[in-house]
Amino acid sequence: MLKLLMAALLACAAWGASAKDAPQVAEDPALEKRTLAVAAELRCLVCQNQTIADSNAGLAVDLRNQVREMLRAGKSEREIVDYMTARYGDFVLYRPPVKNTTALLWFGPPLLLGAGLVTLWLVLRRRSRLGADQFEPDDADDTDNLPPDEAALRKDPAR
Amino acid sequence: MKRWQFIAPLALFVVLLGFLGVGLNLNPREVPSPLINKPAPDFALPRLDDPSQTIALKDLAGRVWMLNVWASWCVACREEHPLLVDYSRRATVPLYGLNYKDTRADALAWLARFGNPYTASLSDTKGLVGIDFGVYGVPETFIIDKQGVVRFKHIGPVTPQVLHERIEPLLKELNA
Repeated sequence: MLKLLMAALLACAAWGASAKDAPQVAEDPALEKRTLAVAAELRCLVCQNQTIADSNAGLAVDLRNQVREMLRAGKSEREIVDYMTARYGDFVLYRPPVKNTTALLWFGPPLLLGAGLVTLWLVLRRRSRLGADQFEPDDADDTDNLPPDEAALRKDPAR
Repeated sequence: MKRWQFIAPLALFVVLLGFLGVGLNLNPREVPSPLINKPAPDFALPRLDDPSQTIALKDLAGRVWMLNVWASWCVACREEHPLLVDYSRRATVPLYGLNYKDTRADALAWLARFGNPYTASLSDTKGLVGIDFGVYGVPETFIIDKQGVVRFKHIGPVTPQVLHERIEPLLKELNA
C-alpha cells in the first residue's frame, strides 16, 4: 500500500515537473530541431552568455518563436541570421563574420600562439649553440635549490 | 640584450594592463545598434488610448520625433519616467511611446498613476515591433529624423546627463 502511494506521489511529481518545464515546441519535430539549431547560433541579449535556444528570458522566447515562424514560412537559415543581425548587430552571432573589426578576434589567438612558438624556438636555438662551459655544471652536492625532502634523499639515497 | 629581458615583459604587462583597463570601463550591456543611420523599421500599431486608431511610420514622416520603449512591468522605466514627464512640458519634438509586451489595462493604469509624457503610445503587445527596433533592454529611446532615419539610440533609463548632453543638442541640430 505504502509502495503504491509512493509510486503515485512520484508519478505526480514527475508529471508536475514536466508540465512546468515543457518548452514551447512545434508539433513537427524536424522543424523544432532546425529551430533549435538556428537558435543555438544566436546570442540572447538579455542574458548575454546564453544562446536563445538555452535561455528562457522573454526576449529569447520571442526570438525563438520568430525563428520557428520564419522557418515555417520557408526562409533559409542564412535569411534568418541576416534578419537577426539587421536588428541586433553582429553581437547576436556566436560565430561573428570575419571582417576588419573582428580580425583581431579571429586571428589574435593563433598570432599569440605563433609568437610564443617563435620565441621558444629562438631561445632554444640560442641555448643549443652555447658551449657546455656556458652552463653551470650540475653538482651532485648542490642541493640548495631543491625542495627539502628531495635534498635529503640526495644526501642519503639509502633512506 | 640583458636590458630587453626586463623591458619586454614590462612593456607587455603595461599593454595588457591598458587593454584590461579599457575593458573594465566598457559596458557589455550597450550593444551598438545596427539601426543607427538606417531607415526606421516600418510599423503600424494601434494607439494605446484608442485601439481603433492606428499610427504608422509614414504618419510621422517629415518631422523629427522620439520613440521611448516602455512597459508597466519595467522597473527602470519608472526610474526615468519623472524626467520624461518633466521634459515633455518643454519638448520641441513629439515623444511617442512604444508600450512593449504589456497589457492595455496595466499600461493605462501606469500612465494614470505616474503621468503621461507621450504624444501617443503605441501598443506592441506581442513585442514584434520591438524586435524590429532591436529592443532588448527596456527602456530604450530612439531619435528619428525628418527623413525617417534612426539617428540615436539610448539603452536603459534616460538620465539628465544623457538628455542635456546627447539628446537635446541632437534635436536642436536635426530641427535646424
